[in-house]
Amino acid sequence: MEAAQQIDGTNTTDMGIGVENDGDQLLTFILAGEEYGVDILRVQEIKGWDTVTPIPNTPEHLRGVINLRGTIVPIIDLRLRFGLESTPYGPTTVVIVLKVIGDHISRIMGIVVDGVSDVYNVQEDAMKPPPDFGNVVAIDFVKGLATVGENMVIVLDIDHLLNSNDLVQVDYESKLRDE
Amino acid sequence: MTIDMEQFKSTYIEESHEGLEVMESKLLELDSGTADKEAINSIFRAAHSIKGGGATFGFADISDFTHVVETLLDEIRNGKRDINHEAIVLFLTSVDVIRDMLTASQQGIEIDQARASEVKQQLEKMLDTPSDDTATAAEPEDNCSTSGWKIHFVPFPEMLARGNDVVRMLRELEDLGTLDVKADVAKLPALEDLNPEECHIGWDIILSGTATRDQINEIFVWVEGDCELTITPLLDTNQSGSVPDHDAKPENKADNAADVTPIKQVLQPKQTPLNASPAAERRVPGTESSSIRVDIEKIDALINMVGELVITQSMLSQLGEDFDMSRCEKLLHGLGQLERNTRELQESVMRIRMIPISFAFNRFPRMIHDMCGKFGKKIELKLTGESTELDKTVMEKIGDPLVHLVRNSLDHGIELPDLRVAAGKPEFGTVHLNAYHQGGNIVIEITDDGAGLNKDKIFAKAVEKGLVESGAVLQDEKIYELLFQPGFSTAEQVTDISGRGVGMDVVKKNIQALGGSVEVATELGSWTKFNIRLPLTLAILDGQLICVGKETYIIPLISIIESLQIDQKSVSAIAGKAELYKLRDEYIPIIRFHHVFGVHTDTLSLDDGLLVVVEGNGSKAALLVDDLLGQQQVVIKSLETNFKKVDGVSGATILGDGTVALILDVAGLIRVAQNGKFQQPRNIIENDGVAA
Repeated sequence: MEAAQQIDGTNTTDMGIGVENDGDQLLTFILAGEEYGVDILRVQEIKGWDTVTPIPNTPEHLRGVINLRGTIVPIIDLRLRFGLESTPYGPTTVVIVLKVIGDHISRIMGIVVDGVSDVYNVQEDAMKPPPDFGNVVAIDFVKGLATVGENMVIVLDIDHLLNSNDLVQVDYESKLRDE
Repeated sequence: MTIDMEQFKSTYIEESHEGLEVMESKLLELDSGTADKEAINSIFRAAHSIKGGGATFGFADISDFTHVVETLLDEIRNGKRDINHEAIVLFLTSVDVIRDMLTASQQGIEIDQARASEVKQQLEKMLDTPSDDTATAAEPEDNCSTSGWKIHFVPFPEMLARGNDVVRMLRELEDLGTLDVKADVAKLPALEDLNPEECHIGWDIILSGTATRDQINEIFVWVEGDCELTITPLLDTNQSGSVPDHDAKPENKADNAADVTPIKQVLQPKQTPLNASPAAERRVPGTESSSIRVDIEKIDALINMVGELVITQSMLSQLGEDFDMSRCEKLLHGLGQLERNTRELQESVMRIRMIPISFAFNRFPRMIHDMCGKFGKKIELKLTGESTELDKTVMEKIGDPLVHLVRNSLDHGIELPDLRVAAGKPEFGTVHLNAYHQGGNIVIEITDDGAGLNKDKIFAKAVEKGLVESGAVLQDEKIYELLFQPGFSTAEQVTDISGRGVGMDVVKKNIQALGGSVEVATELGSWTKFNIRLPLTLAILDGQLICVGKETYIIPLISIIESLQIDQKSVSAIAGKAELYKLRDEYIPIIRFHHVFGVHTDTLSLDDGLLVVVEGNGSKAALLVDDLLGQQQVVIKSLETNFKKVDGVSGATILGDGTVALILDVAGLIRVAQNGKFQQPRNIIENDGVAA
């Protein structure tokens, strides 16, 4: 949590935009210059990056597992997950711990992002569906695009993105793209 | 209001299983002649609960079937029929059928109707035949001459609170014949005074049809004492004798038509959820949740322990408020107490999952009873240490291997009575099941005083199956271990219970999967003993901590054979790649652990590291690791909860410093190493920034 507060102090400009409105609240974070959002109700906690225990023979974006108060929680590097170039973890790097609801069970997973940004209220109808990119980029993990002021926020469908069965499969796709 | 029937259903199924166990054990007591009058009552009560619950929760098949069993039992209970061996065998079969039905409904699969109806026919046949000579005396006056019944039924207000459903009872009555119901609402209080949980309505019911008094009594048996109930035969129709039923019906209908309709309306909405529930259940198979019954003493102990922990905690926090070095000793004392509390708490929590092994042993009296009859053997079963406790999960998984071993003892071990007498042994063979704790393990012994194992025969068989060389010299224990090889069977002829040679290897595999071991000892002509050793729980494991690069891993102590420093002379490499280590008279493949798990390490040459010789699933391997750290008990955490199964890793644990260490699955690790598909060490993009 210290990391989160630290970032709140440095990165955010307008605190509490639209807090009084109804609608879905999004927690947004920065990844390679873009702002992404996740449903705030799914966020369990935000913690600073700490050493993980690597898991052998898993996709590279799965950094490893951590001990979250007695539970073993896998940590996924979202840059690697999106096939972006990885950068060294800095002081703003945080792990957002999310609740992911898959088939029948819900899991706790953490994602490593460049830094948390803000909390917005977004009306359901203000969210636009993502354009179809065909087979060029697999973007089925994007729930929609929200406009907040001048900025575009990419709202993620984390259930789709972090479903562990997909982890291997997506890794395969990103490799194909690389080749 | 819709009530979630699912939760009651699973409780019903669980309770019915318990009921069946009672029935089974009491039936066996009856058969051996040790039972009293109360036994038959217990059996009847169990059957009755199963039937009643079955009807209430929509398990029509179960209640129909159990109904026949119950009727037969009722006759025995009332002394109208003698219980004999034949009947007991039939009842035991019925218990099996009901159990199968319950299991089938639980798992949402089809009930084996063919078997059920076959047994049901046998029961009905028994019900029909002897009751003619013994029981006819009582029945005719009550049942045959009346064409209907008048039932006056006024429940006491609190009857509903005891779980009785009038609507269900009326529906059951309806099944017996044509029903005319008149409700008496005179006692109904004003709406504002009405407590919806009380019943203020009485009913006058005319049941026309050929139902017997017994059938009616049975419907009301649950509410005896909770209501005013009089059942009288319809005398006027009875007197007219030849007057057909058709005359009576329209008359009654005309009288009561106005009253009947509202009740039908009441019936309708309630019926719908009941009818819908079986379908709903079938839709969600596999979501079986299991529960456990815990002794209240264990819970009390737990609460005490938590109390002590809270006291220790407050003592420590008080100490921390103004701490200086002079009070260091007190702090150490407090910490010691905390450690003790924590350990005790952990033990008590573990104990909640512990159930006595009698749960697994209880099925054997029945099995031996059945098999003695089948094979003409005379066997006495001796059970000791039944109250020895072990983890519920371990218990569930050890059941089948135990059954298999006991079957083997019965089938191959114990000889036929005349052979035994000829060999100078008592006519009755003994199978002895014993359980006791030893260290952190539970030991289960299965001993029979049968023929023993013939090692020459086993050896010859193993040679014939190509499991060993014909000239090989093996120690006795090694020969007996051949029994656990796949495809091994020495029975001269395959019987329907054992001897197919697909059992013992599975037994060993299952036991090993639980982290246990099985051994056999024997003396030809006098006894055989199987010794199963299991960990008490699957939640804690004795582990060896090893270190590779910066990572710590845990190898289950049970899979480690030995650890050794490498003697370069013993290392050879086939084609420069496949490295072997010569350990005494064995060649063991070396697995470079950091390769398989993609770990960065500086220990790349064999000289710097250590070899840990491990065995998993019958194959051995020597793991190259950087260092051995220490041995400790670790709490097993599942990786699958939030992630998924990883090859070569059976779980994870949290070390003293809060970091996660992976627990190795040796068999899986060897498999991964053999596949040869593993990653290169990863690029480390560690926390450079954070450290800066």
